[in-house]
Amino acid sequence: MSAAVEVTDLRFGYGDRPVVDVSRCELEQGASLAVIGPSGCGKTTFLHLLAGLLEPGSGSIRLMGQDLSELSGAALDRFRGRHIGLVFQQFHLMRALNVRANLQLAAKLARCKLESDELDGLCRRLGLDGLEHHKPSMLSQGQAQRVAIARALVHRPPIIMADEPTSSLDDNNAKQVIGLLKETAAAADAALLVVTHDQRVRGLLDTELELKAPA
Amino acid sequence: MTWLRLAFANLGLSPLTSAVNVLLMTLGTASIVLLLLAGSQVSDTMSRDARGVDLVLGAKGSPVQLVLAAVYHADVPPGNIPLAAAERWAGDPRIARAVPLSLGDSYRGFRIVGTSAEIKEIYGAELVSGRAWAQTMEAVVGSAVAEAADLEVGTQFAGAHGLGDGGHIHDYRPYRVVGVLEPTGSVVDRLILTSLDSVWDLHSGDHSHDHEEHDDSHGDDAHDHEDRGHSDGENAHGHEGHDHSKVDEAHDHQDLDHSQDSDVHGHEEHDHSHGDEDRAHSHDEADKQRAHERSRSEITAMLLTYRSPMAAATLPRQVNADSDLQAAAPAVEVSRVLQLIGIGLDGLEAFAWVLIVTAGLSVFAALYGSLHSRRRDLATLRCLGATRSELLISLLLEGLLLSVIGVALGFAAGHVAMEILGGWLESARGVALTGWVWLPVETVLLLGLFAVGVIAAAIPAVQAYRTDPARTLSEN
Repeated sequence: MSAAVEVTDLRFGYGDRPVVDVSRCELEQGASLAVIGPSGCGKTTFLHLLAGLLEPGSGSIRLMGQDLSELSGAALDRFRGRHIGLVFQQFHLMRALNVRANLQLAAKLARCKLESDELDGLCRRLGLDGLEHHKPSMLSQGQAQRVAIARALVHRPPIIMADEPTSSLDDNNAKQVIGLLKETAAAADAALLVVTHDQRVRGLLDTELELKAPA
Repeated sequence: MTWLRLAFANLGLSPLTSAVNVLLMTLGTASIVLLLLAGSQVSDTMSRDARGVDLVLGAKGSPVQLVLAAVYHADVPPGNIPLAAAERWAGDPRIARAVPLSLGDSYRGFRIVGTSAEIKEIYGAELVSGRAWAQTMEAVVGSAVAEAADLEVGTQFAGAHGLGDGGHIHDYRPYRVVGVLEPTGSVVDRLILTSLDSVWDLHSGDHSHDHEEHDDSHGDDAHDHEDRGHSDGENAHGHEGHDHSKVDEAHDHQDLDHSQDSDVHGHEEHDHSHGDEDRAHSHDEADKQRAHERSRSEITAMLLTYRSPMAAATLPRQVNADSDLQAAAPAVEVSRVLQLIGIGLDGLEAFAWVLIVTAGLSVFAALYGSLHSRRRDLATLRCLGATRSELLISLLLEGLLLSVIGVALGFAAGHVAMEILGGWLESARGVALTGWVWLPVETVLLLGLFAVGVIAAAIPAVQAYRTDPARTLSEN
């Protein structure tokens, strides 16, 4: 069985300026990986490459056995929606929609049928009971983060990617969020990849990949 | 969750802007719809009412006024004409049908028209109850008159001088309804038809008080009035101020002379005969007198129908050149009136289109302006699996939604306004317009206005299509 994430000789840059240089990275289904490095080392760019939002200069990225270079346009968008659950540092919830509609929208974009009781169960698990009809502007930071995690899980993706999920949290909350991500990913048997510059995450995930700013 | 719901929700983010966009679209659409409905129905009504009338003979003056008065019953006539002069042209071999009209009185705002039975042929009007008039003071009423004035066969009513409110009421000599016409959708629905004799008789019997110019000599009447003056010169349809005292009163009129040749602006329907009165003279003498008076009587106008369209080339010119009458062709005058109305309507329509364009620009500005604040939302949608095309459709849907709501409200408002305006016009002017019709051109307009919203959203939608999620999400 192939790895959930498999990266080989990945290079990316803007013009002559190299930004990402990763020779090898693998992440198995159900495992977790912390991509760590200082600001400006290309962590977010690496995540965007893995999500198919950027096209590599060279090398290959395979997600669930699918070489992303073989996909383009709408097919790549649909693959991303179906196979990846993304958690953003600033959550990026749809301001116009309430919590429930945000989760339904993610399921729709993933072309995933979502039963109502399934949605209720997910909200219950993430402590979002009673918040389903709240707009994002009515949520606290912690509640919004849990909605963002629920949105990444709602279509049961095999890969979950989180971008700086703990950067604005205190130690206790940072630990709680990483714990929640690990727990929910494990429950869904999903591979978890966390991109962070937060040294507090060290040791909390199964493996680590340290990026250095390319010379 | 659908794209439509997302579009709705996004519009709700800026409720005031969305409301203004919808309002602009509503106002523009309602204006255009109202103008379309009014223009189309006025044009149809005018054409329908003029159908069957090729030429109108009347007094010299404005041909538009003559046609408006004699065909549409919407204006005062320019004056009266001698019946004999009109009959000369009515007997022309080029004429298939001639219908005389004598106007002057009304009942509750509906014109009483002295005429001949052929008028029903012009409008294809059939009796729905009762019969045609057979004697003087019998009347057949149009469907709208019957309904509005609550008239039915057997009902009696008294006409009033003039065509507006406030005229003297002939309550001493009422009309009796003997027939009601079925609805035709034409002007005849709003008319009260009677014989020429009824109108003439009514106005010939009692000009006893304030008539100054007419010298109605009834040498054989048992009245003792002398040298009655009929001051009808003030308007062509009025006879306001006449006192039509009962014709069978035991007055002792003498030396009444019904010559009206000096009053082309006044008497439209004076016969001044007293044929149905209880007179002391023999019927033969009365009949002779009636024939004599009638030959000198005046009418307001005569509606002519050609035997062949070829007559249009020669007859009007001939009438205008060889007689003291005026010949006006309704088709020509209607088109002139519609042209005049059209200039006004074109101006209003241009203004309405300015509103629509403004609404379109407003939709564009609103969507384009919102792109900046929504660019992260759009990038997030791409990350969640939305394709570029779906983002494009999402933005187009927002523009379409604004225009659909605005256009739907505009169509509703336009039709309701037309219905309200139509109701008012019908009661005030007798012009029947309705908002409960759908013109074929409205379907085209509907689709066109929907397109305005889509076009207005096109540029913002293309911008959304080009959203680079990686770059957008990397921005601080």
